[in-house]
Amino acid sequence: MPKLLPLIEHAVKKPVWDCRMCGQCVLHSTGMTCPMTCPKTLRNGPCGGVREDGNCEVKPEMRCVWVKAEQRSHSPANPHHWEEEFNDLRPPVDNRLQGTSSWVNLVTKRDRRTPAGWQGLSREQHSAVPGASMVEVDEVASLPIGFHS
Amino acid sequence: MSRLSELLACSERPVVTAEFPSIDGGGLEELEKAADELRPFVDAVNATDNPSAHAHASNTSVAIGMMQFGLEPIMQVVCRDKNRIAMQADVIGASLFGVENVACLTGDDVTAGDEPEARRVFDLDSTQLIKVASGLAEGHYLSGRAIKQPPALFVGAVENPFAPPLDYRVLRALKKAEAGARFLQLQIGYYPERLEAFVRGCVEAGLTSTTALIPTVVLTKSAKALSFMDKSVPGISIPADMIARVAGAGDKDAIAEESYQLTLELSRHALSLPGVSGIHLTDFRHDGSLERLVRDLGIGPAFDPMATVAGTTTG
Repeated sequence: MPKLLPLIEHAVKKPVWDCRMCGQCVLHSTGMTCPMTCPKTLRNGPCGGVREDGNCEVKPEMRCVWVKAEQRSHSPANPHHWEEEFNDLRPPVDNRLQGTSSWVNLVTKRDRRTPAGWQGLSREQHSAVPGASMVEVDEVASLPIGFHS
Repeated sequence: MSRLSELLACSERPVVTAEFPSIDGGGLEELEKAADELRPFVDAVNATDNPSAHAHASNTSVAIGMMQFGLEPIMQVVCRDKNRIAMQADVIGASLFGVENVACLTGDDVTAGDEPEARRVFDLDSTQLIKVASGLAEGHYLSGRAIKQPPALFVGAVENPFAPPLDYRVLRALKKAEAGARFLQLQIGYYPERLEAFVRGCVEAGLTSTTALIPTVVLTKSAKALSFMDKSVPGISIPADMIARVAGAGDKDAIAEESYQLTLELSRHALSLPGVSGIHLTDFRHDGSLERLVRDLGIGPAFDPMATVAGTTTG
């Protein structure tokens, strides 16, 4: 099952959101627009290169992912707290999770694990925080090599 | 404490920063020549990091070199070319030589440069980089590994008030301020009303109590230069009537003068806005116009009787 989940997740999310299987999904807080489809894979808002017409600096024919995300974040169809979470500071991507199931990582809370320095702590302080090492799931379920785009 | 941070903290006068020209060869004499031209008129100067995705002498080497010639550097770090390990190493490495001001940028895409086939990195985004750089000054790498004698850093960033989504730009600036940006140099822009709305929004949101806003103006001498920026520089748009005004000024000299007057107007407007702490100058003319501009505006170290030459510390 752990091997199958990434396949199922990809099959569902690729056609709808062009999912890149980063394994740490933030779709709900980015107006249901995948930030990994931004050519610069920016997770904290648009770069300064957005064109006057709202299209992407890199792909002039494409609407800026973050222009779309910002508009969609106000959609009344979404739960209210999603709109607030739009402004959250999202941590750096954990590149080890590429190709794994974000559903599994959500349940195990693996997707919320950040380096100690991100929380403003040195390592010694970090290990003193209760529960900091509670979830240590490094054996992540991977897609077969070459599966994802 | 960098001199820039002290000047911004005391806020007695607007600061003047400028863009250092790209250096490719010619040894340190090239660097010295450029430093000599800028030194009397500016408080700090940006050492760029492969601007427009073109390779040049690196941000760290130029920033360190600038200090040798009495200029205070603002070292730009872009996320395009290096991963998180290398970027932290650059900031820490430059800090050994006394580089304190760091500006964190996303960076133009590789497709804007002359090597569009290059791999783009973007391991961090600019906001994440601000937080990581601030962490270095607090005494730890991103991993949490302690830095026993942490560097004194003055971390800032860039924001573009002129590019869509316009309504979101203040929130993005706030996010950068919360991540640790203490100054924001603003992208080149030719829409004074957008700058005004952005600065007002930042003041109302309380951003300017922690973070200094420094708008940018460019010295050009032709309508062609404006058209080029409008069409080819990512994130810059120039209203057609502004380009037409410069193009229709008359002969070459009249056009150059009209270009200057446009820059002077935009500078005066920017500096008139409550919440603006200074101005950033990009000089494409190299004909003495930068000196003329700071004289006409009456700002910068040249017009501050209390000031020492840029980059020299007062203890």
